[in-house]
Amino acid sequence: MSINTEMSVRVASVTQVAEKVKRFRFERVDGLPVPIFSGGAHIVVSMRDGGMLRRNPYSLMSSPADSSGYEISVLAVEQSRGGSVFMHTKLNVGDTLAISQPINLFPFDHRGRKHIMMAGGIGITPFIAMMDQMAREDRRFELHYAVRTRGHGAYWRELEQRYGARRAHIYCDEEKLFIPTEAILSNQPLGTHLYVCGPAGMISGVLGTASNLGWPRQNLHSEEFLAPPPGKEFTAVLTRSGKTISVHSHQSILEAVEAAGVDAPYLCRGGACGQCETAVSGCDGALEHHDIFLEPQDKASGKKIMICVSRIDGSEIRLDL
Amino acid sequence: MLVKGIKSRPVYTGLVIDANAQRHLFALEGEGALAFIDGLANADRAFLATAEILYVATGSKGAQHEVRLEAAKPLDLWIAPTIPVLLNRLGVMLHTATMGTRLYIAGTEGFIGQAMQVALDAGIDFSSILTEHRGSAARRVQCVHCKGITENITTSPFDCSHCGLPLLVRDHYSRRLGAFQGVNIDAEEPGTAPKGELLFP
Repeated sequence: MSINTEMSVRVASVTQVAEKVKRFRFERVDGLPVPIFSGGAHIVVSMRDGGMLRRNPYSLMSSPADSSGYEISVLAVEQSRGGSVFMHTKLNVGDTLAISQPINLFPFDHRGRKHIMMAGGIGITPFIAMMDQMAREDRRFELHYAVRTRGHGAYWRELEQRYGARRAHIYCDEEKLFIPTEAILSNQPLGTHLYVCGPAGMISGVLGTASNLGWPRQNLHSEEFLAPPPGKEFTAVLTRSGKTISVHSHQSILEAVEAAGVDAPYLCRGGACGQCETAVSGCDGALEHHDIFLEPQDKASGKKIMICVSRIDGSEIRLDL
Repeated sequence: MLVKGIKSRPVYTGLVIDANAQRHLFALEGEGALAFIDGLANADRAFLATAEILYVATGSKGAQHEVRLEAAKPLDLWIAPTIPVLLNRLGVMLHTATMGTRLYIAGTEGFIGQAMQVALDAGIDFSSILTEHRGSAARRVQCVHCKGITENITTSPFDCSHCGLPLLVRDHYSRRLGAFQGVNIDAEEPGTAPKGELLFP
């Protein structure tokens, strides 16, 4: 019951854009145009790495109006489960792979009077597409982009050149320059919306500051894709399909379910969208919730789990799948 | 004779003070003053130092609620003679306001709807506005046929004050217009409309 209709694409180019960041351009194998999208959208990339099928979400960063291909940027993560290592070391120009249709869980609010984007590190990618769209639609926006060092930071020079220093503000940790969140958020016209994408600590810090300054939650938006953390191996009993499968320590429940040939719904594969919410009918250990979708009371109830990122500390879980 | 279960029917959840707001802006009409006064009982009064109230008494003129509003010692209290004058001032204030300003609206539904229109026009998300319905249940109704709006409707059906068609007042609400929708009740057999029932006293 996958919602996505996958497209077969070829890697048209691979570009090293910063230390540890590579940009990949995908074009359709059949030569047809790819669908246009809205700024903030992502695609799920399916990678066949040996016998393993991996699907990771990546924000689209090319122009939303460009239907000749899609571009994503990938950071090489040290404690990677293999996705970013695969992209960085095994994927070459000419290779083919499957991608999903674009999905937008991080759109900008079209009613907004002004849009402020705050990015940390690789969290810049959805904003590159968003700003392209906002500039074309003549919307008022400001980017505040924090990078660790100028060498690690991707695209800051291009963004500064394209949008000017009044719209693209760059801050570099190494130079002791940090985003003055409170000063920025203290004096914005009514109807301003705030978007944050970056590490979890940055997102919660910025959103906390905004709430303390009286920004209503309706004006606050964030996106963070979580990688499923590893854990102990356990067994999952899929009650509807009558299968018993094992979930390896470096595999998510969703990946194990797919490997067993059972189709489970998903969209973001990063604990954000809520699509893969699954009912739990029994578990002999503790549920380890890693998503940012379920409400605290849902997590405490033990009746629901987001199988794309969460797992258990125990030996068996019974799932309605 | 009211069609129930329509999702667009607004829900007013009460004036709960957002302690984090840097500025509290109240648009109050008639009995809506009492939503503010009653709310004081449960609130930390610190917000009053940054609270500005726009008040129009309308039908509650004789009750002198403004005396109690003044006694609460808000930063500012401004009394408007009519609703349009209040809305005009609210619009001016919102267009120069900054994020961190929280809007609270209380009064009849027609007033809440019109103040909400001004707020939407200033870029505020409707769901971030705190509202409380006080006073008459009378409705502001748009005739879906001639588009004319009639204020303070208490019965359904009623004759449109613009085109004269007898209109059934529905729960179907337009946030853009700040009005309920009135639909001709005897279109198939003109002249057979039932007598108006007092539904919104």
